[in-house]
Amino acid sequence: MTDALLTLSGVHTHIGRYHILHGVDLAVPKGRTTMLLGRNGAGKTTTLRTIMGLWPASQGSIHFDGAQIDKAATPDIATSGVAYVPETMAIFSDLTVKENLVLAARAGAPDEKRLEWIFGFFPALKKFWLSRAGTLSGGQKQMLSIARAIVEERKLLLIDEPTKGLAPAIVSALIECLREIARSGATILLVEQNFRVAQDVGDLVHVMDSGRIVHSGAMADLAVDESLQKRLLGLSLDSHQ
Amino acid sequence: MSAIDTGAALPQQKTDYIPVLLPLALALAAFPLIGSFSTWTTLTLAGLAMGMMIFAMASGLTLVFGLMDVMNFGHGAFVAVGAYVAVVAFAPMVALTQSPSLASNLMALIPAMLLAMAVTGVAGYVFERLLVRPVYGQHLKQILITMGGLIVIEQLLYATFGPQLNPLPLPAALRGSIPLGAAAIEKYRLLAVVVGLIVFLALQFTLTRTKIGLLIRAGVENGEMVEALGYRIRRLFVGVFMAGSALAGLGGLMWALYREQAHASIGGEMMVTTFIVIIIGGLGSVGGCFIGSVLLALLANYAGFLAPKVALISNIALMVAVLLWRPRGLYPVTSR
Repeated sequence: MTDALLTLSGVHTHIGRYHILHGVDLAVPKGRTTMLLGRNGAGKTTTLRTIMGLWPASQGSIHFDGAQIDKAATPDIATSGVAYVPETMAIFSDLTVKENLVLAARAGAPDEKRLEWIFGFFPALKKFWLSRAGTLSGGQKQMLSIARAIVEERKLLLIDEPTKGLAPAIVSALIECLREIARSGATILLVEQNFRVAQDVGDLVHVMDSGRIVHSGAMADLAVDESLQKRLLGLSLDSHQ
Repeated sequence: MSAIDTGAALPQQKTDYIPVLLPLALALAAFPLIGSFSTWTTLTLAGLAMGMMIFAMASGLTLVFGLMDVMNFGHGAFVAVGAYVAVVAFAPMVALTQSPSLASNLMALIPAMLLAMAVTGVAGYVFERLLVRPVYGQHLKQILITMGGLIVIEQLLYATFGPQLNPLPLPAALRGSIPLGAAAIEKYRLLAVVVGLIVFLALQFTLTRTKIGLLIRAGVENGEMVEALGYRIRRLFVGVFMAGSALAGLGGLMWALYREQAHASIGGEMMVTTFIVIIIGGLGSVGGCFIGSVLLALLANYAGFLAPKVALISNIALMVAVLLWRPRGLYPVTSR
């Protein structure tokens, strides 16, 4: 794919003596939202962590924005324009909401206009600006985790299961937020277990199984093909609506 | 665009004042047992001064332990090096240290303090590069190699300065006491309190008001995420290790002046005390370390006066009591 911002070619990852990724090939085009789906243990989180350099690839190559990054250190990958929202959210609970965002804004103080844009869909963050992040609810922590990734413009957002454990009402609103972020021109690689979210947000999809990409295509095509869903993911869309 | 407004009221964040009140409660509880106000005042101020010196030695260790998850049993080596830097630095400044003028004394003392911090900071850098870096994440190896480092540095000090006690007389204007009613307060102890408070306030300011401080606090909690935000945690580790070593050097200098002698064994002797203090305070917590230091020193002083045999186990007894009450220390920061 010529307009790919991120490409993984034959990526293998070992964690200790376990071989988790077995030659992952995927491309994330610029300005689109690409979903990474798969059953538990398929290797989705490992793929994101490998891109970030947290679990380095043992084989294969990763190119981001024209540069090879599979041997780069995590801080270098981050400063080259990749933001990461981990599954655990990993907010700094001892710091306030403000301090979490100040740390995430590497260029200096967070830009006021951008903060207002973020507060537009995460008003709770404004309300609890000076509260310790550890006292926030699960949904608010997720907002903070995403806000941290977008407090400055980044070329690529890696987001790992943002709706996990959230109430349905919050999930619906979060879908809108992800769409808004996508409309702003961001490139997103989103891991998600909730097929409804994937269907609503994704432009493209890669499906993983046992550490390999087993399907790539348009999200809309997968959304209408129940037999393919059953085969790839063991689910039907109806049961997740 | 729809907004997620889960802005339900947060549970009020409670400030935990109980540990802060503990030293006060201990002092008040000791008063009727001691009986004499002047003796109580003298013991209390002596305890505060001792606590400040212990804090200076232990504060770096709590950051190194909390942020880097490094069990640095070699921390005491920097305490000993700081003590010997005082001996070396004071030697050519006898005229200044023995002058009755406080200003002259401080003209010798302050450069000696800065030199002790610089030398131990650099020593900390070398120690981290040579010994600690290869064993990050391996606790057993950390214990073995840092204890080995402590022994090597101790032996180097013996080889350089000899096995004898090296006298380190207090600067003239800092000898003696200031009468406060019926009580007498040693001048040097007052200075120790001032230095300890400056260190505490400087650390608190750095940790809460600067971006470096935010990074350290964030790194204590989740170093991996700090890296994922684009910061080099290893550089931060080295900086904290050097700062921790420098503070140990300052504490060593203060402690050696307090005892008016320097000896290589001072490092090993203080290691147990500093570890107890950071465990009581909660690993990684500067505030907890401060309170733990004051508590331990006050208790040691009161027990030494009331029941000298009990003083031998007062440190351990205090740690056991605190851990039974709060298993992760007074102000836990990390989940370790």
